[in-house]
Amino acid sequence: MTDAPARAVRVAIVDDHDLFRAGVRAEVGAELEVIGDAGSVDEAVTLIAAQRPDVVLLDVHMPEGGGVEVIRRSFDATRDDPGREVPRFLALSVSDSPDDVIAVIRAGARGYVTKTISGDELCDAVRRVADGDAVFSPRLAGFVLDAFAGDAPPAQDDGLDQLTAREREVLRHIARGYLYKEIALRLGISVKTVEAHVSSVLRKLQLSTRHELSAWAIERRLVNW
Amino acid sequence: MSAMASAANASSQPARHGLRRLPAEGLVSGVCAGIAASAGVDPVAVRIAFLLMTLVGGFGIAVYLLMWVITPADASTGAPGQRGRALVGSLRAALAASAFAFGILVVLRHIGLWPGDRVAGPAILALGGLALVWRQTPAGVGGAPGQHARLRRAGRVGAFILGPLLIAAAVLTLLHAMGTVHDEAHAFIGGTVLFVALTLVFGPWCLRLVRSLADERAHRIREQERAEVAAHLHDSVLQTLALIQKRATDPREVSALARRQERELRHWLFEPNARDVETSLAAALTRAAEEIEELHGVPIEVVTVGDAPLDGRLGALVKAAREAMSNAARFAGAERVDLYAECGDDRVEAFVRDRGAGFELDAVPADRRGVRECIVARMQRHGGRATINSVPGAGTEVELVVELA
Repeated sequence: MTDAPARAVRVAIVDDHDLFRAGVRAEVGAELEVIGDAGSVDEAVTLIAAQRPDVVLLDVHMPEGGGVEVIRRSFDATRDDPGREVPRFLALSVSDSPDDVIAVIRAGARGYVTKTISGDELCDAVRRVADGDAVFSPRLAGFVLDAFAGDAPPAQDDGLDQLTAREREVLRHIARGYLYKEIALRLGISVKTVEAHVSSVLRKLQLSTRHELSAWAIERRLVNW
Repeated sequence: MSAMASAANASSQPARHGLRRLPAEGLVSGVCAGIAASAGVDPVAVRIAFLLMTLVGGFGIAVYLLMWVITPADASTGAPGQRGRALVGSLRAALAASAFAFGILVVLRHIGLWPGDRVAGPAILALGGLALVWRQTPAGVGGAPGQHARLRRAGRVGAFILGPLLIAAAVLTLLHAMGTVHDEAHAFIGGTVLFVALTLVFGPWCLRLVRSLADERAHRIREQERAEVAAHLHDSVLQTLALIQKRATDPREVSALARRQERELRHWLFEPNARDVETSLAAALTRAAEEIEELHGVPIEVVTVGDAPLDGRLGALVKAAREAMSNAARFAGAERVDLYAECGDDRVEAFVRDRGAGFELDAVPADRRGVRECIVARMQRHGGRATINSVPGAGTEVELVVELA
């Protein structure tokens, strides 16, 4: 971050493992303001309504619906109270299953990172999400490329079912392990443009009419042989 | 149960609202003590009243049995053990049914419709037996919550022997009574009675047998799965945790152990139908990355998009990628290595990237054959190409391409 942030980003940690919550708190506590943590879906919804964090670090797998349920209920709560702002969700999970990851993104999460991410990278991802950007880990980029690969089903005019060549290129670089600023350098565009491409991919991922995106991708893996 | 309820209404007993048996204070089952307590009289008076009623055509016994069935035991006065309760419950049901039949017969005799002793006796016995047998069927489905299944079964077996015995006795008595009349019609009726009795006795038993077999099977499957999970966790996770505790002083080793275990568990959890290393490019690359990671202790993040069947050219690509990962892990000093592979319709690409030391390709001594021989030359031999982009201080990326078309 080049410009000093006016205030620390306020973060809530939602995970059903106490140890993991404590670990994340210790890792990001110095740079971010952790306003609370929750160990269940109910607790999380209450915490979010009461404390209004900027970003919620959200475990994908939890009893009673998991991260998807937390996102859904938080959005529902805002619908009754239009003045209220929904926090941004960043999914943080050990799960490698494309179904889980795509489901939480489609529910409304702004990004997905794996739990093995380093503390610095995590802080960076949180700040990025707080700024309204999308955060894709290499793995998520791979899932998305898989989901949008091949011929699109009956084309839509809004273009939601296709990635542009540039978006594809950006995603491929993320999957190869490049950082946003490295991608910008290689493609000769600004970091802001890279972010715009990633946000656009996120939007397509959430709005695309390709139902069961990931299931479709898995099927394709088999068909492609 | 409805039979009992109607019996209770028919017998114009005092309202039993709040009436409780007091087994702890009673002589037999606490019926008299309960009535006495709720009416505020001496129990002895109630007992004498029942005795008197019994002298009048045995009516007292029937009333007593009915009361026993319809009044709940006072919970505060030491409920009987669970094993007993199931059996006692069944017996109560049997006695209730018998008492009900008995009552009906008494009424019938009064109006002059007496079917004859040889039918009346067996009918009472049979009803009692049937009540015992059939009572089990709904109880087996619902079961009172908190009532332990095993205990309930013990009580059930007790009642289960009694029930058929009663019915058998009824049938035998009936047949014996009819046997005195040598008549073909009676023989036919006898056969029918026997058949119906057998069906009634063994029907619920068969039902229960089928149901319990299904239960048993589901239970066994669950057990097997649990045992399998336990065995797997023991062989893998517990062993690794033990190893980690032993090597707690060597952080690098601990982290490598944890990483290997994580990978193994992940495979097991998320990829139950893992693709074959022999035939799938994605699986082969993943395997190669795991081997390098294990060898050199540097985490490798593998992302694959699409998959392709492994052939000679792609096999070469896997070997080249393996060499590139090995170099990155050994010499780059990076925290992690990224491997990305994408299978398109006409080409397969793989990228091995690290953010480590980097090197000058021209400065590599001629006798160091790793990069030149194992990566570049190998790819060329198989009709592909390898490009190495390395900037000292900024890391290295090896790009491997095979054209499929």
